[in-house]
Amino acid sequence: MERFRMELESLSKNEEFARVVVAVFLSRIDPTLEELDDVKTAVSEAVTNAELHGYGGGEGIIQVEVELDGRELTVRVKDSGVGIPDVAKAREPLFTTDTTGERSGMGFSFMEAFMDELEVESAPGVGTTVIMKKTIGR
Amino acid sequence: MSDQTFTYEACGQVLVIHLPRELDHHNCRNLKYETDLLLAENYISKVVFDFSRTQFMDSSGIGILLNRYKQMERSGGRVNLYGVNAQVGRVLKIGGIPTLMEHFETKEAAIAG
Repeated sequence: MERFRMELESLSKNEEFARVVVAVFLSRIDPTLEELDDVKTAVSEAVTNAELHGYGGGEGIIQVEVELDGRELTVRVKDSGVGIPDVAKAREPLFTTDTTGERSGMGFSFMEAFMDELEVESAPGVGTTVIMKKTIGR
Repeated sequence: MSDQTFTYEACGQVLVIHLPRELDHHNCRNLKYETDLLLAENYISKVVFDFSRTQFMDSSGIGILLNRYKQMERSGGRVNLYGVNAQVGRVLKIGGIPTLMEHFETKEAAIAG
């Protein structure tokens, strides 16, 4: 098993940094371009959620933990922000708290579509952890 | 031409929006303000999104496409796309975009279409 963990400041420029770092780590097991893109998209969604919703665009630390067990990839994206009061509701397609009209409400749907498994642990006032798994080279 | 930001080009009543290399929330932050201004001050009947430089896109990109679509729909206009690669194509499909906007092979076709 190989693993790494990083802590990022909750800044929008770190969305790209996070997905690229995870993609570089994953490239060790020679995934297809499509698999790399899938994982990059899912990581980008989770980190963007932590930043915009967990920390509401304010300061905070986002933890990204990545584990490779053979060909099984697990990514955990954790924030210590406001938490989600109703996870089931938040996971509904097109659900968004955004009022500008610019957010699609598809973040969790994308994580589900691009990874094999998605688990969301959250408690108001404590924070949110998103756990995503994908088998590479299926 | 910078590949980090949006650039805009007017071709008659068509507004061509050249998208950045990475179409994520970070790079989408200024788009709303800029396009709202352009659409308010000019008569635009069609918006064309140029994806030819775009290598990555997540659901933030879908959000900005859908919002432009709603704006154009209200004024009876349309939205076309060109230059979409494989990753972006899959994201567009999952986001339901192909039922709303037509994809063209070239800029000229997207402007005329």
